[in-house]
Amino acid sequence: MSFETAYSGIGRLDRLSYGDTIVHRLDPRAKVVATMLFAVVVVSFPKYEVLSLLPFFLFPILIGALGDIPAGFIARKVVAVSPFAVFVGIFNPLFDPGVVAIAPGVSIAAGWISFASILVKFALTISAALLLIATTSFPGICRGLRRLGLPALFVSQLLFLYRYLFVLIEEAIRVVRARDMRSFGKKGAGVRIFVRIVGTLFLRTVERAERIYGAMLARGFRGEVPSMRREVLRPADACFVLAAGGFFALCRIVPVPQMIGRLVGGLAG
Amino acid sequence: MSHHLLEFKDVRFRYPDGTEALKGVSFLITHGESVGIVGANGAGKSTLLLHMNGHLLPTSGAVTVGEVPLRKETRPEIRRKVGVVFQNPDDQLFMPTVFEDVAFGPLNLGLPPDRVRERVNNALRQVGALALADKPPHHLSGGEKSAVAIATVISMEPDILVMDEPAASLDPKGRRSVIGLLNSFAHSKIVASHDLDLILDVCARCLVIRDGMIVADGPAPEILSDATLLAENNLELPLTLQGRAAREGTLR
Repeated sequence: MSFETAYSGIGRLDRLSYGDTIVHRLDPRAKVVATMLFAVVVVSFPKYEVLSLLPFFLFPILIGALGDIPAGFIARKVVAVSPFAVFVGIFNPLFDPGVVAIAPGVSIAAGWISFASILVKFALTISAALLLIATTSFPGICRGLRRLGLPALFVSQLLFLYRYLFVLIEEAIRVVRARDMRSFGKKGAGVRIFVRIVGTLFLRTVERAERIYGAMLARGFRGEVPSMRREVLRPADACFVLAAGGFFALCRIVPVPQMIGRLVGGLAG
Repeated sequence: MSHHLLEFKDVRFRYPDGTEALKGVSFLITHGESVGIVGANGAGKSTLLLHMNGHLLPTSGAVTVGEVPLRKETRPEIRRKVGVVFQNPDDQLFMPTVFEDVAFGPLNLGLPPDRVRERVNNALRQVGALALADKPPHHLSGGEKSAVAIATVISMEPDILVMDEPAASLDPKGRRSVIGLLNSFAHSKIVASHDLDLILDVCARCLVIRDGMIVADGPAPEILSDATLLAENNLELPLTLQGRAAREGTLR
């Protein structure tokens, strides 16, 4: 994946977040809280649990469908970062060779099950986080975090990160392009040049930061970024958090797939 | 109205590395004047502009805005009177949305929310960017960014508007609309640029700065048609005057 395609991926995620659906219109705080709850509940499952996690896929699927987010796009992003999860779990089958039966006559190493559990938890939490970003503008998330008590300094840092990420990436793309055009397919003489490029970008960033600070001072900046948004939680937002929380709690306490299995078994028998 | 005066009296400035960027600059700009500042690269234009709102303080000499002398303590007051639009709109626009960016100045001035909203809407309407209010700056075109950058400053309703290369890197149409915009302001205007046609269109008076000193100060049409003076300062006749000069046979 080249630098420029990675950039267009971020750009697309950002553009999706300016949509206008029932999910986009929810208060950022409600979505942040629901997503955090989701992550905590999913991660709280014991390491050999796989089946009980499956109902949780309903949450990202529902959010994605209602928020009009293309499923393929999110799936590709999840796959793109999956190597991290694979590396975390790949040695489990070796270190955990105890044998368990998964079906009559079929048994595998317990490590495979915990590996599967890691992958499922990973897919769940990452897709939920991506959907949060895809359905909530980044400034919205920042305001939500601020209202939830994150210190103002961190929030302004995040806002500047968001604003200048795109500027910095575009600058990096231009420098890399200039290198590639004069390196004639030789990958630009390797690490030494790369280090210099990073150095150049760093210096430019420092200079830019100085200019931005100058522009802020020129407009009366005195240490705090002012905001005049006054969001009010609507009943719909509260309902969303309650419904999501209730659903997570239900799926955490009641083993839904096993019940369905028993129900189907009962009907068949 | 004396409070719209801007006066430089023998201003000298030396950068910490020893470079003397201003070597005794004096001029007086009165209410409602539009003044162009031209000069070669490195002549001291940017340093001069950075003195106008106290981003830099003179090493010696005095800068006065209205009746307020520029000192470290008076900078907030000076900045309320003098609005500076920096050259690169990406440096000027740092908030997540256009609306919040234009509101940044008025909020820092401590205005109540409804006044702020009013000022933001007025400023955006004035530059024809009201429809962009909810957009994030990185989704704007170059011309839109320039217009919004100007709005961020006029929303503070400064007495004097200072601009560094307001139309650099704009396409001809964007440049033309910035010129129209500048001409629609009744503020005192100070514009530094290499775009001499823009200066000719916008400014009545023109200062030429060379090597940290003012070498010419007079009506813009007069100064900008002095081919010798311009050539000495790495400049050339504005394109609109080149045609005329050629027709009159003054240009070989």
